[in-house]
Amino acid sequence: MNRRETLKSLLMSSLGAGVIASTGCAGSASPARRISWTPLPDSYSYGRTAEEKDYDARLFAESYLSEHELVTIAVLCDIILPSDHPNGGALDAGLPEFVEFMVKDRENYKLPVRGGVAWLDNHAIDNFGADFVNVSEQQRLQICDRIAWPDVQDPELQPGIRFFSFMRDLTLTGYYTTEMGFRDLGYQGNTPNVWDGVPQHVLDRHGMSYEAEWLEKCVDQSRRDVIAEWDDDMNLIT
Amino acid sequence: MLAVAQQEYDVIIVGSGAGGGMATNRLANAGLRVALIEAGGFYDPADEAQRTQLRYPWESPRRGASTRRRPFGDYNSCIGGWELDDEPFTNGENTDFRWWRARMLGGRTNHWGRISLRFGPLDFKRYDVDGLGDNWPIGYEDVKPYYDKLDKFVGVYGSNEGLYNDPDGYFLPAPKPRLHELYYIKGARSLNVPVYPMRKSVLTKRLNNRRGVCFYCSQCSRACGIHADFSSSTVLIYPALEGGQVDLYTNTMVREVVTGDDGRATGVSCINTLDGSQLEITGRTVVLAASACSTARILLNSRSPQHSDGLGNSSGHVGHYLHDSTGASRAAFLPDLMDRDIYNEDGTTGGHVYTPWWLEGENLDFSRGYHLEIGGGMGMPSYGFGFAVNQYNEFLGERVGGYGNSLRDDIRRFYGARLSIACRGESVPQFSNYCELDPTVVDKWGIPVLRFNYQWTQHEINQARHMQDTMEELLEAAGGILLGSKPGADRNYGLTQPGEIIHEVGTTRMGSDRKTSVTNSFGQLHDADNVFVADAGTFVSQADKNPTWTIMALSWRTSDYIIEQMNQRNL
Ligand SMILES: Cc1cc2nc3c(=O)[nH]c(=O)nc-3n(C[C@H](O)[C@H](O)[C@H](O)COP(=O)(O)OP(=O)(O)OC[C@H]3O[C@@H](n4cnc5c(N)ncnc54)[C@H](O)[C@@H]3O)c2cc1C
Ligand code: SF4
Repeated sequence: MNRRETLKSLLMSSLGAGVIASTGCAGSASPARRISWTPLPDSYSYGRTAEEKDYDARLFAESYLSEHELVTIAVLCDIILPSDHPNGGALDAGLPEFVEFMVKDRENYKLPVRGGVAWLDNHAIDNFGADFVNVSEQQRLQICDRIAWPDVQDPELQPGIRFFSFMRDLTLTGYYTTEMGFRDLGYQGNTPNVWDGVPQHVLDRHGMSYEAEWLEKCVDQSRRDVIAEWDDDMNLIT
Repeated sequence: MLAVAQQEYDVIIVGSGAGGGMATNRLANAGLRVALIEAGGFYDPADEAQRTQLRYPWESPRRGASTRRRPFGDYNSCIGGWELDDEPFTNGENTDFRWWRARMLGGRTNHWGRISLRFGPLDFKRYDVDGLGDNWPIGYEDVKPYYDKLDKFVGVYGSNEGLYNDPDGYFLPAPKPRLHELYYIKGARSLNVPVYPMRKSVLTKRLNNRRGVCFYCSQCSRACGIHADFSSSTVLIYPALEGGQVDLYTNTMVREVVTGDDGRATGVSCINTLDGSQLEITGRTVVLAASACSTARILLNSRSPQHSDGLGNSSGHVGHYLHDSTGASRAAFLPDLMDRDIYNEDGTTGGHVYTPWWLEGENLDFSRGYHLEIGGGMGMPSYGFGFAVNQYNEFLGERVGGYGNSLRDDIRRFYGARLSIACRGESVPQFSNYCELDPTVVDKWGIPVLRFNYQWTQHEINQARHMQDTMEELLEAAGGILLGSKPGADRNYGLTQPGEIIHEVGTTRMGSDRKTSVTNSFGQLHDADNVFVADAGTFVSQADKNPTWTIMALSWRTSDYIIEQMNQRNL
């Protein structure tokens, strides 16, 4: 995902009516009143059956979350994993759209997300007089501080705690399954290679070593391409 | 519309999985004219339109998450799963049987775990050991030559350890253990529990010039584009198709075996699943390898005046003695693996080490064993990665939860710091566990479906309790902090539901007494000598070894028998 791609942007207005616009020329609204993210593709090709293609196409055509819900999710994801980091954050990874897709894909996500956003707004209105995206930055963080820790016992906060945990799960999963997430983690796999055991410096660090007898049973990678042959006693001789 | 295939075949093979693929390969190789009939479509993991191997999570809109159509994840190569759109099944009272089916060329061998374990001498004679169930009519010495040939023909890595009931073989060399596996080995050694290299049908070394050598992506469950893992389609069926002896009928569902006045089979009737048209295919012999339960279903649906309770069912045993492996699992957090150095440790699919049953002959309150499969490592992030991101903080006296960039540190800190064990055990086959035709429910094509009746006995429940104790000891000995709670009697000690381990066998068991078995030791029906079963239906007992290597060895043995009988003009 490339930040320079056109961003998707929704207006955060107190009326809750967001407007999709391209930020390329969005000089009119102040940045504080807008939230933008890198869009995700809306079609994929990865070994699907015809039924699966139809199903996914239907999901992409469908809309479930309102703009207000999408904006709220965007703001929340941005708090959970901010973009002020060299490896980017939730909005750079297109999190709102990923959450929207998962919510459409999984029937049992729909109500918890809808209800969670509504709970957040109720809580913000009761405490600070406006819905979550329209209270101040500081007030939003105050709310998050109340619901970001599952060990908090306050019964009134439990639905919020549950929702926040769910959004944290989705945010991290949505971010770490992108290229920038891979970079952030330093992930090394999913590529052809020749596994020849744990690197020596790692073994040393953990005080581990391979048993000599065990290593004798293991593949000699310099001869992996030599066709296997055995003697009659089941010994590999090549 | 009814069409009749023009050709009269020497052999009609139903199902292209482990059993059907092996029979196709061997029988075509012997020069016989073969019709291979498969309910699913053509599948080739190297075809870009079907490939899922080496895809990154962001190539899927759900980042590899499971769906109803891909219960083991969006990139798993199974077309099928626990629930099929048009093919229901039902459960009888007090039964929660799970039935995993694949509908594709190669069946479940496209995405199986590739764990390839020979049964040992004791596994064929369990009645002699514990007085429960029955002996097989054959012993290890009958199957050994086929295991030997199979090792060399298909390829399996492992090691010769000289264990009596986990016999040696013609192994390719094993891959080296990963770091979490070294911790497991260390812990197991301290408890005197043996550990050995795993045995898997993955080519760690070149076997022939047709197939590639494993490049360690750990993704056999997505099926291997260079055919370095064993799938029935890529390893057995494609070469057989090249020989010109085989007509492959895909998207073709066999409804029943047709028999003549003499009670012998004349062919099969099928339905084209794409357009619903009917097709009859005639042949001299029929080999059923639709998987244990599907084969039982076909037989039960093949009713005729000569076979009023279904073909091969004069004993009333078709569908009975259905049994699956037992299973239980547990995981631990390994503090020693926090803040790991990150490198590529994908390796081959699943664990590189395992513990076979080590307490044979001990005085226990259950009679049959289990083996242990080890999991962990720095796998590729996909949907679910980062959930409960810092839950292990609990064990470090730190607070769980929060938000912000510090979560990135939590992610890296706990990445790969997990060790898990899964047990797979032997159950005691019961006549009272069975599948039958549901009297009222049919599938989309009007074919009566299966209804399952299955309860575990105290043997399996006690065994699961033992599994839980063992897993706790081993995980702690490896330095792990146990996760979750230990399931107690109220949850059957975490024992999996029947069918859940996907090793269902026994529905058409072999035996020398035609009153208590369905086939002879070659898989030949007692009631119709030109009908054979070449899947796990013939198993008398499912050892604490995964079944597929034995399915293939027996299918090869059955194929040799068919060739011999044809040569002698008995078929
Ligand atoms: C996730 C997973 C992991 C596994 N791991 C292991 C492992 O590590 N080791 C191991 O030994 N085993 C493992 N197994 C089990 C293994 O896959 C099976 O034992 C094996 O595939 C069974 O072979 P089969 O030929 O009997 O049936 P299948 O492989 O199921 O093939 C049967 C074929 O018959 C077709 N068919 C069914 N009904 C009809 C019909 N009426 N007409 C035409 N065609 C029909 C099906 O579409 C299917 O293609 C695993 C299974 C799964 C799902
Ligand atoms: S682990 Fe090896 S055999 Fe399995 S899919 Fe990857 S390359 Fe193929």
